[in-house]
Amino acid sequence: MSNASDVLQVSLWRGGAEGGFKTYEVPLRPNQTILDIVTWVQRNLDATLSYRFACRVGMCGSCAMMVNGHPRWTCRTHVAKVAQKGVVEIAPLANMPIIKDLAADMRQFFDKWVVAHGAFAGSKTRADEIELIKPAEPARVAVDAAIECINCGICYAACDTVRWNPEYLGPAALNRAWSLNNDVRDADHAGRLAAVSADGGCHNCHSHQSCQAHCPQSLNPTRSIAGLKRLSTQAYLRGDLKP
Amino acid sequence: MSVTRRTYRYNILWNAALIHRLSGIGLVVFLPLHFLVLGLAIESAGKLDSFLQLAQMPVVKLAEFALVFLLVVHLLGGARLLALELLPWLDGQKLLAVGAASVAALVAIIFLIRVL
Repeated sequence: MSNASDVLQVSLWRGGAEGGFKTYEVPLRPNQTILDIVTWVQRNLDATLSYRFACRVGMCGSCAMMVNGHPRWTCRTHVAKVAQKGVVEIAPLANMPIIKDLAADMRQFFDKWVVAHGAFAGSKTRADEIELIKPAEPARVAVDAAIECINCGICYAACDTVRWNPEYLGPAALNRAWSLNNDVRDADHAGRLAAVSADGGCHNCHSHQSCQAHCPQSLNPTRSIAGLKRLSTQAYLRGDLKP
Repeated sequence: MSVTRRTYRYNILWNAALIHRLSGIGLVVFLPLHFLVLGLAIESAGKLDSFLQLAQMPVVKLAEFALVFLLVVHLLGGARLLALELLPWLDGQKLLAVGAASVAALVAIIFLIRVL
């Protein structure tokens, strides 16, 4: 490497849970993203480096990693914005088991979507009339505010409550539950509310809003979870929800 | 070696939650002592008065200053959380948390000035 200012010192997590950071020198380039760095290391320095990506344009949610201690989508994170004096530290997503190197095991993250009844429960057949939903209806506005999740796991990695309580469903699954419980076509509102009001559900959230601060889609899962807390409390007061 | 740094410590709302818990613990420790002192009045007014003489000590006044801060910050922080969980969402929670701590500090300082 010719000039220190043209070189990044990149620390990458290598190995499993008992692994450690290994430092590489990577040439600094204009408009370089964190994913570019990782790819450069794999293609030029160590082909055994494991990491996960797919679309490279911020749509698929595959490439999230911890960058200097913060969870970020690496394909849309420019090095110039996050490098600290030419140093970048990249690790697998927090709050998930490490498979190897920069690849985290996201199974528990997706399993919790199932626990939170994250699937749409339709009640109509194709023979029924299409439901008319006005965009300005409050429930639809709430759905619109929460619907753009790309399942990247960044909020889950940023969440203090997940770190403290592995049973906690996490911001993404609860945000999904909120968007579905505001969908007038869905037929599982009561079952879903019972699921997200149980142990590990919405009432575990401490409202630190780290999920909102880090969400690459600028969603606010804390707001969604607060909405679930309100629905849950109202259902309890009506006697529809038993403790 | 840890995989992550403790970046969450720089989150205002994480610190607000920490202060809320610590102030809660502080109040839990204070309240039994408070009731014990009030209980002295049942035994005899003289006992209570002699104990209250301690309140003139500067260190006690400083402790009262801290206590007022804990009370107000816990009250306002708790009100913020109740509003967050029971009322329609309000943006600016970080500002509200900082505001709660600032008001608590202001009230405690005014209290200290008045008792000094």
